[in-house]
Amino acid sequence: MTSPVAPMTAAPSVSLVFPSGMLGSGISAEMVSRGVRLGADAIAIDAGSTDSGPYYLGAGESKSSAAAVKRDLRILLIAATGAGIPLVVGSCGTSGTDAGVDWTAQLCRQIAEEERLGFTLARIYSELSREQVLERLAARRVTPLAPSGPLDPETVNGCTHIVGVMGHEPIVDALRHGADVVLAGRATDTSLVAAVALMHGLPPGPSWHAAKTVECGDQCTTSPRGGGVYVTIDQSGFQVEPLDPAAACTPTSVAAHMLYENADPYRLTEPSGTLDTSAATYTAVDDRVVRVQGSRFDTAAIPTIKLEGSGIAGYETSSFVAIVDPDVLNRMDEWTQTLLTRLHGRVADLLGLAADKYAIQVRCYGHDAVLGPLAAAGRCPPAEVGVLMLVRAPDQATATAIAKTANPLLLHLPLAGMTSLPSYAFATSPAETERGAAYEFRLNHVVQVDTPTELFRTTITEVTDA
Amino acid sequence: MPDGVLTVGEFAEQVRSKNAGPFWITLDIFLSTDADYETLVAAGAVTPERVGRLYRVDPALVRVFEMPHIRVVKVSFPRPVPAGSFEDRDQHAGQQYLPLALMPLHRAPGPSPAVGGTR
Repeated sequence: MTSPVAPMTAAPSVSLVFPSGMLGSGISAEMVSRGVRLGADAIAIDAGSTDSGPYYLGAGESKSSAAAVKRDLRILLIAATGAGIPLVVGSCGTSGTDAGVDWTAQLCRQIAEEERLGFTLARIYSELSREQVLERLAARRVTPLAPSGPLDPETVNGCTHIVGVMGHEPIVDALRHGADVVLAGRATDTSLVAAVALMHGLPPGPSWHAAKTVECGDQCTTSPRGGGVYVTIDQSGFQVEPLDPAAACTPTSVAAHMLYENADPYRLTEPSGTLDTSAATYTAVDDRVVRVQGSRFDTAAIPTIKLEGSGIAGYETSSFVAIVDPDVLNRMDEWTQTLLTRLHGRVADLLGLAADKYAIQVRCYGHDAVLGPLAAAGRCPPAEVGVLMLVRAPDQATATAIAKTANPLLLHLPLAGMTSLPSYAFATSPAETERGAAYEFRLNHVVQVDTPTELFRTTITEVTDA
Repeated sequence: MPDGVLTVGEFAEQVRSKNAGPFWITLDIFLSTDADYETLVAAGAVTPERVGRLYRVDPALVRVFEMPHIRVVKVSFPRPVPAGSFEDRDQHAGQQYLPLALMPLHRAPGPSPAVGGTR
């Protein structure tokens, strides 16, 4: 951005590079510069997800390493500042906490110093205090999403971090105030591309549908190998192609991306309304470019911001032991039941704890660990089974004490009819691993807002190359 | 599986599963041809009742989308437990497609349809 206020007249079209589904996954510098040469007006990338579980939001830590994020950021900052186009990063630090935004900003400053780059940096914070959410709850402005029920104050108070998921509006504001680099806290995957298109006056249907299509990088192509995509949004639709000249988008690969990680393949709800792709048409422009038309966007009467929250659900200790004894492998369910019965007895005896004061998961990898009761019956016994025992308790010391109580059983558990004491294969010494605090997602709710920017805070600073 | 019973996974080009946010799971059945798509839909293999029984969820919560333009039948339902919770066995739900893939393509004759996961 060169002018502090972007023009309000509609552009004929806007093009973006979306280099990857995740900042830090290893983007291609060659493909990014190819996209810039094609005429990109901006680069956008997502840095987060809830998909890796509640730990990252709850603990406020990044899933990706600093080295991996910095490597990708360096490529993007050099490309964007070199071309004089904005770079928009969403859901900084995996979960979009304030610490995640600051961590990413610090990496940007290091790169600026190392590469002698200068730019205007916007940080958009999306973290909410428990008090902010409780106030909205008391004002009856918080509603549940399926399949959750109404929110209660206790649940809010149990969250260590809460973020609001922003739409395009705070990002547009930052770009209009002259930001060259926007580091957004938690944002919808789609808001990053949509912000650039909507800011230039392009219609919301194509803007949001284009954004959804490219939100996982080249997942919408026939060869998702990590090369990224190039998308152009215009007044009546959008066109998308892989940045890798050897790869292709087809009408099916593009249409099928609406399936990905979406419960409803035709409708996607954003803070400002709902994308409706049920009347969209997908046409091959050539053998690797697809054009999409007919996407609609229904504007919501009242904007809503989705809340994400995670809190500590207990502390865990794990043990891992393996079994190859064919007799035991034929009796795995009996082995597990025997283990649990004897362990609960020992814990009551040694630690004085009732079974409702702690929780145990015994997962037999190679038997039914992943599918549990859905695993098909009547299979041949496997060659080996690895048994993961997870103990969860209100504090770490108790979890470890229970795991240590299980240790002799995991080592020697005999089944009925055995004439000698078996010894199973512990993988490590000590057998127990303290996993620390275990988190869980606590919120699946939206808050009604008067304006889509009111929950978010933006700070703009100059990063100089001096 | 009795010999000669064709499963959804054998018939389809691909069956996959994934989280749709921490509270939902979604499964996609891709068919190779329009004829295969029509066969699958006509067989009545994928209904909320059948999927609900297979995955032990309330059929009223199971959503089935028939998408002829891309030859896909899509199924979504609330996760039995949220992603990453203590009881969650598959953080991304990426391996939960298997029971659907092992489901017989055609309903068994008689009052009790054969489904997988009967332990």
